[in-house]
Amino acid sequence: MGSNLLNWVLALPALGALALIFMPRGRVDLYRTWSLGVMIAGFLVSLGIWFGFDPADTGMQFRSHADWVPAWGLNWDVGVDGLSLLLVMLTTFLGPVVVLGAWNSVDKRHKEFFAHILLLQSAMLGAFVATNLFVFYLFWELMLIPMFFLIGIWGGEQRLYATVKFFLYTLVGSMLMLVAIVWLYREVQAQAGIWSLQYADVYGLEIARRAQMWLFAAFAVAFAVKVPMFPVHTWLPDAHVQAPTAGSVILAGVLLKMGTYGFLRLAMPLFPQAALAAKPLILTLAVVGIVYGALVAMVQPDIKKLVAYSSVSHLGYCMLGLFVFNLQGASGSILQMVNHGISTGALFLLVGVIYERTHSRRIYEYGGLAGIMPLYAVVFLIVTMSSIGLPGTNGFVGEFLVLLGAFLDGYSQWEAGGSLLSFTFVAVAALGVIFGAVYMLWMVQRVFFGKPNLSRHTRLPDLSWREIAVFAPLLVAIFWIGIYPSTFTRKMEPSIQAWLHQIEKGLEHTVASPQPEAASLGRH
Amino acid sequence: MQASPSNLLVLIPLLPLVGAILNGVLGRRFLKPAAVHTIACGAMAGAALLSWAVFFQLVGMEPEGRALSQEVFAWIRIGSFHADYALWVDPLSAVMCLIITNIGFLIHLYSVGYMQGDPSYYRFFAYLNLFVFAMLNLVMGDNLLVMFFGWEGVGLCSYLLIGFWFSEEANAVAGKKAFVTNRVGDFGFALGTMLLFAALGTVGFQEINHQLAGAAPPSKGLLEAAALLLFLGACGKSAQIPLYVWLPDAMAGPTPVSALIHAATMVTAGVYMIARLNGLYFHAELASQVVLWIGAATALFAATIGLVQNDIKKVLAYSTVSQLGFMFVAMGAGAYATGMFHLMTHAFFKACLFLGSGSVIMAMHHEQDMRYYGGLRKFMPWTYRTFLVATLAIAGVPFFAGFFSKDEILLWALGSERGHAGAWLLASAAALCTAFYMFRILHMTFWGEYRGLPPERLHAHGHDDHGGGGHGGDGGHGHGGGAFVPKESPWTVTVPLVVLAALSAVGGFLGLPAGLLGHHANLLEGWYEPIFAHSHVSLQHAFHNPGAEAGLMALSVAVAAAGIALSFYLYRTRPALPGELAKRFAVPYRVLLQKYSVDEAYEAGIIRPILVGSREVLWKVVDVVAIDGLVNLVGGGLKALGRGLGRLQTGDAQVYAMWMTGGLTVAVLVTIAIL
Repeated sequence: MGSNLLNWVLALPALGALALIFMPRGRVDLYRTWSLGVMIAGFLVSLGIWFGFDPADTGMQFRSHADWVPAWGLNWDVGVDGLSLLLVMLTTFLGPVVVLGAWNSVDKRHKEFFAHILLLQSAMLGAFVATNLFVFYLFWELMLIPMFFLIGIWGGEQRLYATVKFFLYTLVGSMLMLVAIVWLYREVQAQAGIWSLQYADVYGLEIARRAQMWLFAAFAVAFAVKVPMFPVHTWLPDAHVQAPTAGSVILAGVLLKMGTYGFLRLAMPLFPQAALAAKPLILTLAVVGIVYGALVAMVQPDIKKLVAYSSVSHLGYCMLGLFVFNLQGASGSILQMVNHGISTGALFLLVGVIYERTHSRRIYEYGGLAGIMPLYAVVFLIVTMSSIGLPGTNGFVGEFLVLLGAFLDGYSQWEAGGSLLSFTFVAVAALGVIFGAVYMLWMVQRVFFGKPNLSRHTRLPDLSWREIAVFAPLLVAIFWIGIYPSTFTRKMEPSIQAWLHQIEKGLEHTVASPQPEAASLGRH
Repeated sequence: MQASPSNLLVLIPLLPLVGAILNGVLGRRFLKPAAVHTIACGAMAGAALLSWAVFFQLVGMEPEGRALSQEVFAWIRIGSFHADYALWVDPLSAVMCLIITNIGFLIHLYSVGYMQGDPSYYRFFAYLNLFVFAMLNLVMGDNLLVMFFGWEGVGLCSYLLIGFWFSEEANAVAGKKAFVTNRVGDFGFALGTMLLFAALGTVGFQEINHQLAGAAPPSKGLLEAAALLLFLGACGKSAQIPLYVWLPDAMAGPTPVSALIHAATMVTAGVYMIARLNGLYFHAELASQVVLWIGAATALFAATIGLVQNDIKKVLAYSTVSQLGFMFVAMGAGAYATGMFHLMTHAFFKACLFLGSGSVIMAMHHEQDMRYYGGLRKFMPWTYRTFLVATLAIAGVPFFAGFFSKDEILLWALGSERGHAGAWLLASAAALCTAFYMFRILHMTFWGEYRGLPPERLHAHGHDDHGGGGHGGDGGHGHGGGAFVPKESPWTVTVPLVVLAALSAVGGFLGLPAGLLGHHANLLEGWYEPIFAHSHVSLQHAFHNPGAEAGLMALSVAVAAAGIALSFYLYRTRPALPGELAKRFAVPYRVLLQKYSVDEAYEAGIIRPILVGSREVLWKVVDVVAIDGLVNLVGGGLKALGRGLGRLQTGDAQVYAMWMTGGLTVAVLVTIAIL
């Protein structure tokens, strides 16, 4: 397979979906076993990429190129580097977990359901490994379709409203991004004389500051919606609450990272001057999102909505880490993307577990669950600790590095003569750590401790073996990243260094208007 | 300081971790109670023996080079930020290890009796072992991040153990309160850690102290800020104003937990942290003043609340808050060795007091209100004797452990270059209260006539408090409504009491007053010498003569005597008087009884506004009305537009493609025009 490895990782789920379509009707067991097998195979193949990946090489590895319309520069081109490797692995890792978690979660149109999940898997992977804007945009739009159906067909009572909202929000962003891509396409032709959308070619563009602003804004809106950043986050709680468990897990686990990854891969390195200029705005929105998401999560009566708002808060950390433009911040941000995928994915799966048993997500209906489902309670508590960033779990490493990055950024500004206000962002973000403990532990207290509030909830079966198998890999990941994060950070560190270097180079091009902040790109 | 490598160190925290995992994973299904406590106590005994081995290894080394270290693995390394999982044992952490593992072992042993018959026996021991693991990391960590790992780890265990009997909502609430309050402190701890890294480029304790011991420190302001931020963490963990509110509520946990976590070890973490970072606090004079005054204020404030409480564990809880205040007075005054001295003696006598109260509570069917006690001396002779010794120690009666350590703190509070007469006055008043409220416990619990439980309270307590668990030591008591007779606890309870009482009696001789008997008399100070050598704060000149020290000592003996005498007057000579006083001074009495209503103030001033604001403004207005309103408006607009454009909908794909291309072209042209 060699250099085709990546193509296989991408194609396996889609081929699996195709095969599903030709399977005989009504064989639910066959569909889900098949899907699980395909997902596991996908993960195993992706391990080949993990082990074959050379961290020292900051270029694209496992490159695969195929000409489609070479004259127009529209070609198949994929690869991974240290920025995308972890997200690819996260996606393939969550694949089997999602299928196994969704084993009994739907009661209609099973074949289509699993086909959509598999197709979605390929689409998400495609967006992460794309190495040109054409492929990226293709997958970016493609992944909307299965997600749209997952919520629209298998969702809750208000699924239509949620779907339309999701679609509307995303559409606005996508349109703007498309326009910006077309502009870049034309610009590459103007500057280099070729039609190309290769990342390597667009990275090389010299774009005037004013143009950067507009283009950055177009990309940023599309990505900010996906993240989602405050104040364009309101589609998320609805989408999560209405989506079936599998949909929520994929949405939180992987799909949201498309937004942060977009900033990381495109918006920031393509338009560094604009990104730097937008830094105060983005940081403000990020820390507002952290605190706002946490505060609103605190008062939610619906567990799923609580977890959804907690995503707004957690993704705020990812944005904060990216836009402080330093090594600790960016590493923490990517790690936090992975952590959020694991922890919040696990939380949605856990909510799904009791929802399947009681068909209720209202916190006040529960109570005393720790005595009724002790094993479930233990798993829930561990995931909670991961979510609130207890040292020893994955959440701590990511959160701490992001905050450290933000602190160092504030410190270098303060050292350069800034006021104590330089520390505002990190201080506010750190407050989110307190609120995070409040909303999670308050929920845990009301759901698990005390006495059961409803008599019909006093006898519920504890985790089954299948469910244990769903959570076991997630728990392993939680502790692995928490205790020995080097396994993961060393794969990405050189690529992040290169990324920072690239941005710095982009800033040096600014001849006309030297940025005072340009000097402050922290190197710690 | 150069350290010798030692591969033994990691075993000390590892043993309790293994114990926790074994009991946690296998306990519910596969292990009998006897196996559970054998594993847990065995792990503790192993850790204690290893700690002694390490301690004697240190004793055998040259004083200047007394340190052992072990690099276990690389934890977090990004760029120049290095925080490895590395352990470091020097005289300071060795003493902490000894306290934690030995008192920890005794309390594990005690729990065998105390928790007997509890349906979650295995879970209790798993948590307790896990706590010891985290606590050992806290003290053995070679850098701030490993300490923070332990710091939040002990917080988690505290949360789990406070809410151990989780079917009572109140216990779970108390656990959450402890965690969240500590998180407020940890906010400071984390930022302080980052600031030290930014300023000094390291989070390792040795590097930090080394850099600060050398040439002029980088910037005084930075150090002050870092010291203050870290002290916020200490205020959380060590229950100081304004974050002390969680500790009294933490008494909801089983009593061995109160003894181990909420008296002897975890709550002293803040004091230890300052001792560990003495290089920082030595330079941070302003922060040290804050430490001094917060400590002194907390000492008195908590002691006054302790005067009137009727719940025996509540009195001891406020007493702990108050005694921790004393330790911070010492740290603020720059008397680091003295603060560590009091930390140790306090661990002895307060663990003894809590375990003693637990023994009483067990005998009294889980009634904690002292108004139903009285005369227990004749029913529980060993509990009484040991409690008495520990009370003498905490009250500051000469030659008992607390006398030497508290006396030394008072000396430094007044006489140190960083001391202040006001702080000394506050601490002395707190000492007066301490002697009084401790003897009040003796009067109400052990002396006088046995008052006994009325039948309705007998049934309100006991087993149903604990999710159906029976308890050791009460097996012989009738439940049938007849009067029951309190009974002495089994040996697993009394043996730890005797050992701790013995330590409370003689533990003070490790730190005899140097001013009176010469420096070699103070063994502990000599032991800590290499640690605090570069952070030397002196006594003011006037206090350099033995006369001053002796005079102060006499004064503090008089203070203790006054407190004790007052308790005899009020509870022996004029037993009706406390009630009359409470009536005559109804307002101040209620204020104390209500604990100054601090909890209520926090609730009304902070928690309510945040909750209501989040629900009624952020969620229901910003999200639902403002943002979604706008979205729906746009959505509605689009729908209307859609109806209008519906006429364009011909079903002809070519026409659609034409419109799309056209639209795109316009969009592109517009963009280009703008740029």
